[in-house]
Amino acid sequence: MANVTMTINGKQVSGEVESRTLLVEFLRDQQRLTGTHVGCDTSQCGACVVHVNGDSAKSCTMLAVQADGADVTTIEGLANGDDLHPMQAAFRENHGLQCGFCTPGMIMSAIDLVKNNADPSETEIREWLEGNICRCTGYHNIVKSIKAGAEAMRG
Amino acid sequence: MYEFEYVKPGSLDAAKSAIAGAEDGKLMAGGMTLIPTLKQRLASPSDVVDLGGLGDLAGIRKDGDSIVIGAMTRHADVAASADVKAAIPALADLAEGIGDPQVRNRGTIGGSIANNDPAADYPAALVALGATVRTTKRELAAEDFFTGMFETALEDDEIITEVVFPTAEKAAYAKFPNPASRYAIVGVFVAKGSSGVKVAVTGAGPAVFRVPEMETALSGNFSADALKGISVSADDLNSDIHAGADYRAHLVGVMAQRAVKAAG
Repeated sequence: MANVTMTINGKQVSGEVESRTLLVEFLRDQQRLTGTHVGCDTSQCGACVVHVNGDSAKSCTMLAVQADGADVTTIEGLANGDDLHPMQAAFRENHGLQCGFCTPGMIMSAIDLVKNNADPSETEIREWLEGNICRCTGYHNIVKSIKAGAEAMRG
Repeated sequence: MYEFEYVKPGSLDAAKSAIAGAEDGKLMAGGMTLIPTLKQRLASPSDVVDLGGLGDLAGIRKDGDSIVIGAMTRHADVAASADVKAAIPALADLAEGIGDPQVRNRGTIGGSIANNDPAADYPAALVALGATVRTTKRELAAEDFFTGMFETALEDDEIITEVVFPTAEKAAYAKFPNPASRYAIVGVFVAKGSSGVKVAVTGAGPAVFRVPEMETALSGNFSADALKGISVSADDLNSDIHAGADYRAHLVGVMAQRAVKAAG
């Protein structure tokens, strides 16, 4: 067992983990941050995307011990009280979800895209979503949401 | 996943002793292949030595006519590097096409080449550009480094430190990706440099290989037309659920022509 300490959504947390504990297991099972989902558990679907030191990462393909000392942001860390993050608001406004299972990963991935590319084209958004799978929507409204979210984030 | 000892050394020397002292140790760079492999219980190392603490191994620098990329440099950083884009744009393009953004944010060049997946992109670039792999023990030419399917010349306790890429006059990479994984079903890297024209193929065979007949044709006439009529034998190529050997052999020709066109 190892002790890990990391900052999650601005708050420092510690916990005992096995070497093999995945970051997503630490987040969901120990920190009870269940907004980060496990879909495929094989690094393909992107439901588990969180930010590690500012970059999007699949938390099912990271060990918790690798995140020792890191700054982690999950979907729970985006809203400011009752005020949704502009990307969350854009998904709501544009019907960017149906069942909602992929949505946390979609939003975390989308925010990382906008960090790198403030005004992404539809093609760039679709290419960026390579690692996020939605089985409901056909992506159309997700792309629309991310375009609107990017615009809102530009302010 | 089976449990293992996790070690995260803070220096290259500490990493060398950790891997040398482990009973059945495994080095981990970005973990993009190793962690899924462990999850499927396809590997059960006694120790995982995480190289994530070796900041000195990450970074890109120019050295004369070469670009030197540290082993722990992530694909996203190669793709975004102004130095790489200016000197070897084909290499930045290749990095941009690996996996998905989250894989590119964690996967590294050293991890990729040490794993030598037959469908990985980087081996084609290293061989076509005539790169040199520097390790804690020696320097190896790319062609001597990749020895077979998931096999390299690396010894168990040898750690890649950096890769030296000579710049090329012309270079491009064309890949036919698996639509789900983005691994290369076939990828062809074509480069015209000071040591002549090289055509390196990944995804098609057990490991990266060159196509001498194409190289000779392109040396006389660097155009896609020069490749017409040159075929690659399907005999030693891979067949799997994604593509048969005949189809892969066909794709080698198509991707090589696309790469030559893109290289201009």
